[in-house]
Amino acid sequence: MATKAAKELPKEEFILPGTRSCAACGLMLTYRHSLKALDPGKTIVAVPASCMTVLHGVYPITPVKVICVNNPFAATGAAASGIVAGLKATGKAGYTVVAFAGDGGTYDIGIQSLSGALERGTDFMYVCYDNEGYMNTGTQRSSASPAGAVTTTTPILAKLQHKKDMLRIVEAHRIPYVATASPSFPLDLYDKVRKAKEIKGSRYIEVHAPCPPGWGFPNKDLIKMGKLAADTAVHVLYEIVDGKFRLTSRSLRLAEKGGKKTVADYVKGQTRFKKITEGQIQALQEFTDRRWYEFMERHQNGRS
Amino acid sequence: MAEKNRETVVAVSKPAAGEAGRTGDWRSHTPRIDHEKCSQQESCLLCWMYCPDGVISREFPLEIDVEYCKGCGICAEECPRKAITMVQGRQSQGDPDEGH
Repeated sequence: MATKAAKELPKEEFILPGTRSCAACGLMLTYRHSLKALDPGKTIVAVPASCMTVLHGVYPITPVKVICVNNPFAATGAAASGIVAGLKATGKAGYTVVAFAGDGGTYDIGIQSLSGALERGTDFMYVCYDNEGYMNTGTQRSSASPAGAVTTTTPILAKLQHKKDMLRIVEAHRIPYVATASPSFPLDLYDKVRKAKEIKGSRYIEVHAPCPPGWGFPNKDLIKMGKLAADTAVHVLYEIVDGKFRLTSRSLRLAEKGGKKTVADYVKGQTRFKKITEGQIQALQEFTDRRWYEFMERHQNGRS
Repeated sequence: MAEKNRETVVAVSKPAAGEAGRTGDWRSHTPRIDHEKCSQQESCLLCWMYCPDGVISREFPLEIDVEYCKGCGICAEECPRKAITMVQGRQSQGDPDEGH
């Protein structure tokens, strides 16, 4: 059953207030609702060096009421596999192992250990919170940064390459569950994490987490930016269960009712795109459209 | 031979609020709720749902924990009834920066 209203979300909070995360952090909102969907007493989180490590605090205090293992940047998939193996060896049943890594720790630095874990069919959930850059270390370019975005390592020409299609790479491992979500749609996010929790095998959820300081938009617009990403199909919400593709939430409505906004609408509200040219906007629009039509086609095929 | 000490020493953090101190001090603007404009309905709770730091109470009348609210303004922006407004300053008692 899909969660329809905020009141249906669990009341209990698993992150205590006064964290180190920035105001209006997309990751923070993602993590808050993900933990509500998990059973935090029976969850072990693996976290590489990232904004998430910062959120988890400095020894000897942590604001998060979940067991967390800090692992090296490249090793999230391997660390999670080790935890799963350790639980099995010691006969501890009923735990969910969840890896939470950023786009840098997933698309670039952590890709080999993630691929290894997925290939082995490790029984764990991997959540990539994609804020489209190395935000923790100061907004450097990652392979998830969109074309046209100024980062501290692409300060003059902005990024020239399109975002890597990580979801296709993950999907190619033929794991039982792949989904995308957004903190701007917490109910959809909550449902997907809850669904993934019940599935055996490797599960991957990619969350598009807007980052106000990194992207350059006002804090108050966090939710609106995430919604705009869905409305422009820059980020498409879907899930693939055992190979069966289905659009969800706002993206499903967009496919049914139309009214897709242009990439230019999305780009103009963010200072990271201050150097984007008309040609680059055009290219980004074509890139986005091509993906969107592919998704629509897959959605149709998935149903029939 | 003396018995070996097999106790493992692991550095483990313990959960507590205010890990980064009173994060309310980061704020430049403070949310204020107009309880008459607020629907006071369980069916809304959008501010509670969208607050990244989870500092808005879930019970009515809604209360914001100003000790930790970072003042991002999402609640004011997302409230469908415009019942929350952001007012200038930290609005906390005994704040040395609020000059008089």
